[in-house]
Amino acid sequence: MASLGFVCLLIAFVLCFYGAGAAIYGVRTGRMQYVESGRRSVYALAGVLTVCFAVLEVAFVRNDFLFNTVAETSSRTTPLAYRLAAVWSSQEGSLLLWAWLMSIWSSLALFLVRRRIREVAAWATAILLGFAAFFIGLMLFYADPFTTRRPLPVEGAGLDPLLRFPTMMIHPPMLYSGYTISVIPLAFAMGALISRRVDAEWVRTIRRFSLAGWMFLGAGILLGARWSYSELGWGGYWGWDAVENASLMPWLTATAFLHSLMLQEKRGMLKVWNFSLVLATGVLTIMGTFLVRSGILNSIHAFGGATLGVPFVTLIGVLIVASIYLVVSRLPLLRSEHRLDSLFSRESVFLANNIVLVALAFVIFWGTYFPLISRAVTGQESAVGPPWFDRYTVPLALLLVLLSGIGPVIAWRRTTLGDLRRNLAFPCGALIVTLAAMFATGIAASSITAAVMFSLAAFVLASVGQEFYRGVKARRAVSHEPPPRALFALVQRNRRRYGGYIVHVGIAALFIGVAASSSFQHASELTLTPGHSTKVGAYRLTYVKPTATVTPRYDTAHTGSTLNLGAVVAVSKEGHHVATLYPSEGYYASDESTQGTVGALIGGQPVSHVAIDGGITRDVWTAIAPDIEAPALKRIVKIGNRTLAPGDAVVAIAYLARAYLHHPPPAQFHFIVSPLVLWIWIGGLIVVFGAAIAIWPSPHAVRRTVVARVRSRQLGTANA
Amino acid sequence: MVVVLAFLVLLVVVVVVTAPLRRRDGERPPEHHAERVADLEAAREAKYHEIRDAELDLRTGKLQERDFDELNTSLRAEALAILTKLEAARAEGAEEATTRGA
Repeated sequence: MASLGFVCLLIAFVLCFYGAGAAIYGVRTGRMQYVESGRRSVYALAGVLTVCFAVLEVAFVRNDFLFNTVAETSSRTTPLAYRLAAVWSSQEGSLLLWAWLMSIWSSLALFLVRRRIREVAAWATAILLGFAAFFIGLMLFYADPFTTRRPLPVEGAGLDPLLRFPTMMIHPPMLYSGYTISVIPLAFAMGALISRRVDAEWVRTIRRFSLAGWMFLGAGILLGARWSYSELGWGGYWGWDAVENASLMPWLTATAFLHSLMLQEKRGMLKVWNFSLVLATGVLTIMGTFLVRSGILNSIHAFGGATLGVPFVTLIGVLIVASIYLVVSRLPLLRSEHRLDSLFSRESVFLANNIVLVALAFVIFWGTYFPLISRAVTGQESAVGPPWFDRYTVPLALLLVLLSGIGPVIAWRRTTLGDLRRNLAFPCGALIVTLAAMFATGIAASSITAAVMFSLAAFVLASVGQEFYRGVKARRAVSHEPPPRALFALVQRNRRRYGGYIVHVGIAALFIGVAASSSFQHASELTLTPGHSTKVGAYRLTYVKPTATVTPRYDTAHTGSTLNLGAVVAVSKEGHHVATLYPSEGYYASDESTQGTVGALIGGQPVSHVAIDGGITRDVWTAIAPDIEAPALKRIVKIGNRTLAPGDAVVAIAYLARAYLHHPPPAQFHFIVSPLVLWIWIGGLIVVFGAAIAIWPSPHAVRRTVVARVRSRQLGTANA
Repeated sequence: MVVVLAFLVLLVVVVVVTAPLRRRDGERPPEHHAERVADLEAAREAKYHEIRDAELDLRTGKLQERDFDELNTSLRAEALAILTKLEAARAEGAEEATTRGA
């Protein structure tokens, strides 16, 4: 079946060139049947790449080690769910996922706009197929997922244990969906510039895709943070890692675009800025993909030994030059139709919000690429760490939260000072009361930054709450509906507005969680023996007894580990039992025969299985690093290596587990008590919920589509 | 087996992609006018949405009556201009359809 996959890749590659050529020929000659043929090429591409993806998935499910990528990233001991997700753990598989998702989302976008802005859509079709050709070309010439190997290996190397985590099954598809959907606005923006149709129509057409890309990218980033927090064993959710930053940058510029596009829609303003933001988001998206695959910067998320730097640099160079040329050559068409009427207007707040977001993206860009910049200038690579990022991003984040509270209560065009005073009185009151409470409780003395963030979050919540209250009141004055029904109807009729407000609430909740957990965290790293305890913050944590499980079948974390050593940890507060936690560390088989028959069974990368007692107010986070190198345990491995055949080696592992249970060596523990971490995830869910409301078409839009379809059919019948 | 499957995939791709090129002229939808009408309808809906937004701003106390009147007048004038263009595009489309039919 590997050859079927490869042939389908070849068909897909040719299809990209045909489709792009047909779309360009059609739009240039006015023969729209060729444009339609080009669009259908995208649909066909989605179908062909689905076949490729299915072939690879089936190979992983069937443990078909004839496929090189299956042999390198999967094994019989890898649980089925993780085998399904192992497809995108390799360079080749993830390229296929990229191309496949892009073809699907592009098909959906082109299908939805098939009766609108045809000229722009035709150019967008060609550009999207160009991107697809690039990624399929990478697979064909650099990283073929259908390469086979002989002789056929008996067992595969297995999936990287760090990736055996439920979140990792959906994090990459979410992130890649965000990346690939973000390319769609880029293609339409370029199409609008090429065809000189730079009015608000293209903005209206791609708004939902920009929002969807933003939502998926945000969800992907958050799932990555969750994975980091729950799996990596360091207790943090954000480490300003190069790849994390690479996904955050396009998210920030996309956030700026989602606000500034309203200015073009409503007022015909900021056209150059909007084009620049969309193009920058697209380029940053490709740069993020480049960072993961080029091996140019060190990151836990990057593919090791990656060699795709040159093709990506070429693509990025072409994109930047083309973007600048298109914007500069169309400058006379991009003049603003209106100017700012007043500084006290929503336009001004959006402008300020855009400046802050772009400044944030720039700071992160500088910090991320600093190692490359320093290497180019001084010849020595030096990196900047979290304190550097915090110094610049924290003030900007505070400003951003403040603006997200002002935006909802200020009117378009102009607001009188009286209106401003009236609309901001309640949110400002909430801010002042919260700030006073922060000083009264001593929170401000511990961390003034956190106190200011809490107060600003209260400001946002009050501002949005006031908007909902007034909206419901206004609706009830007309409809006399009960409040819940009025609220539902209000949101249903104004999904974009209230969906956006809900997103602001989510962002405020998320920042509350970030500020609290980073400012008021208690952590302790120490060695304990059974029966001993330590105090972390207000909690006492006691190492009750060791735990051990052998063979993948009994692995309680269901990750396919050969051996799992852990601990029972009792958590109490002021003498009262709070929770019992079971942190452990999994040991996995390695394919290195030099480790011996027993050593190879547990010689892979050990992975910490964190145990968390999460709650609304705080998380108690525990991780353990058992001393598997203790002399008594090491001796069992040594003797097993000398005396046991591969088939019997697991007996030594069972003996080792028993020895660990009866004579546990001191274990290294990492305990963290963090307040309000849960609010980061709750905030993220609220953001996704709000974005989904804003994306969903309003009843008016659905009705309009149906009417337009009927009219189009009527006109078609008349013509025939 | 693989050859047959690959041939099938290729066949389906060719059929799907070339369908518009095989279509007779009369079956082709009236794209230009339909597109223009669809674009103007989208613009009209966006303008209506803006008017509803302004009304909501007035009712929720973000806009004063005087500012709302000014804004509402200009938005309604813009909506009227779109409606005029929309009627013209529809009439043009219907006229062309009648001419072709004749």
